[in-house]
Amino acid sequence: MEDILNAVVLLSNFVVVPALAYGSQLALGALGVTLIYGILRFANFAHGDLMAFGTMFVVMATWWMQGAGLSIDPLPTALLALPFGIAAAVAVSLLTDRAVYRFYRRNKSPAMIFVIVSIGVMFLMNGVVRMVIGPDDRSFGDGARFLIKVKEFREATGLSEGLALKLSQGLTIAVTVAVVVALFRFLQKSRTGKAMRAYSDNEDLALLSGVSPDRVVLFAWAIAGTLATIAGTLYGLDKSFKPFTYFQLLLPIFAAAIVGGIGHPVGAVVGGYIVAFSEVTVTYAYRKFLIYVAPESWRPEGLVQLLSTEYKFAVSFVILVVVLLVRPTGIFRGKVI
Amino acid sequence: MSLLRGEGMTGGYGGADILRKCTIAVEAGEIAVIVGPNGAGKSTAMKAIFGMVGLREGRVVLDGKDITGLSPQDRVREGMAFVPQTGNVFAGMTVEENLEMGAYLRTDDFSGTMEQVFELFPILKDKRRQAAGELSGGQRQQVAVGRALMTRPRALMLDEPTAGVSPIVMDDLFDRIVEIGRAGVAVLMVEQNAAQALSIADRGYVLVTGENRYSDTGEALLANAEVRRSFLGG
Repeated sequence: MEDILNAVVLLSNFVVVPALAYGSQLALGALGVTLIYGILRFANFAHGDLMAFGTMFVVMATWWMQGAGLSIDPLPTALLALPFGIAAAVAVSLLTDRAVYRFYRRNKSPAMIFVIVSIGVMFLMNGVVRMVIGPDDRSFGDGARFLIKVKEFREATGLSEGLALKLSQGLTIAVTVAVVVALFRFLQKSRTGKAMRAYSDNEDLALLSGVSPDRVVLFAWAIAGTLATIAGTLYGLDKSFKPFTYFQLLLPIFAAAIVGGIGHPVGAVVGGYIVAFSEVTVTYAYRKFLIYVAPESWRPEGLVQLLSTEYKFAVSFVILVVVLLVRPTGIFRGKVI
Repeated sequence: MSLLRGEGMTGGYGGADILRKCTIAVEAGEIAVIVGPNGAGKSTAMKAIFGMVGLREGRVVLDGKDITGLSPQDRVREGMAFVPQTGNVFAGMTVEENLEMGAYLRTDDFSGTMEQVFELFPILKDKRRQAAGELSGGQRQQVAVGRALMTRPRALMLDEPTAGVSPIVMDDLFDRIVEIGRAGVAVLMVEQNAAQALSIADRGYVLVTGENRYSDTGEALLANAEVRRSFLGG
């Protein structure tokens, strides 16, 4: 019995908790991508770098606050700095829309043009971020490290395996729940939220009903910028802030949005967790777990790891390809790309 | 003086004109029907009156006010409503939300109007929490008409409201449209089922290649031997 409990704690510690946190970060990112797809009808390749852009402002504001002695210990100062990052990301989103995307919208350009334009925006934002804050790892986390420590857990339960819950992980999950609930209430209940859903559902009819496209587009960018900054900051607190990593996050985020059904907000959230759990379970080494649960004679020789962690992005790729081949609309029947 | 009148409309989707000096008018509380062979420009005439097709010549007048330059959205504000032939509901939203979207421009309490729509189409009340995309063709048309009624329009335009529904549902829809007309709304519609539509019409327009060929009361057109032979299949 104790072996089973140990195995469960082990899996929780190395698979469930990290995947929940990572999945939440992907879900927030995928929500932004799916929202832009639903309203502006293109896959925004610049979303990863928008995350980096917003997070960069959070990092700089955090440094400034730390220098000025501002703190909300034990919570990380970055939470206090978050509004600055959000404001910057929303501002840059609206600016690029005004300067770039609006031109193509008025010309009624095909979606492919928008995608390529967004790749241009992506490179531009990427360059700006590297010029301002540099390409290296930046740490900006402070406050308490753990909510649950391994040692305390062991002492409390008497098990030989311990469970750790980092503050950044707990924060990620809590903030994600709050943000997702708020966003869904907004989309379901508010007048503007309904107008956004209507516009995404049937653009022509929404226009006939008097929905203003400019207003809907403005809200879509504002929400996407907000979500991107929150996702980026949580990811940065959990791991670290490095611009290139955020660019790489684009793949699992796209995979999440497409698995769930692009244009479908619930799908984006579910997709985020599917991708995260797939990535973590496939790259986890099950040796110790099997030692607990399998009979002695089955004791594994190797690490029992399906895929080395360096290849974790392959998981997103495989998911993406399989979904596009088997069920291009995704789980919740989103739009076909 | 008609409530809604498109006068001498000439225009099309760029390039060649589809409409040529076409005039369509409808009074408050009346039903006007546009019929004619395929490609006669029936739908184009509707769209021109609603501002979705550019006019080179002619004008559109609503209650004495020239609205030729207004966008479709602004015409909705002026009291017009349009039910397109396809894509006329928000498939992913509930029936109730569809009606709410119809009332999007209204800032007053529209629950009374929604009750009226539910009285007109009782089935929608039962299905109000269901997604419009999951309903049958006839019910979906009811949602579409209901959505358009939510602005309490003075003029309601319907582009083939009975396309793709069964004959029984079609009769029922026509009855409802007559009711809407009796309530004082000017109803203008394009119909594929010409004979049946003319039988409920106060006024009928037969269009051929974008021009008025016959304009008369629905009754007179039905009685006209030539109209019967050429356009109503005998």
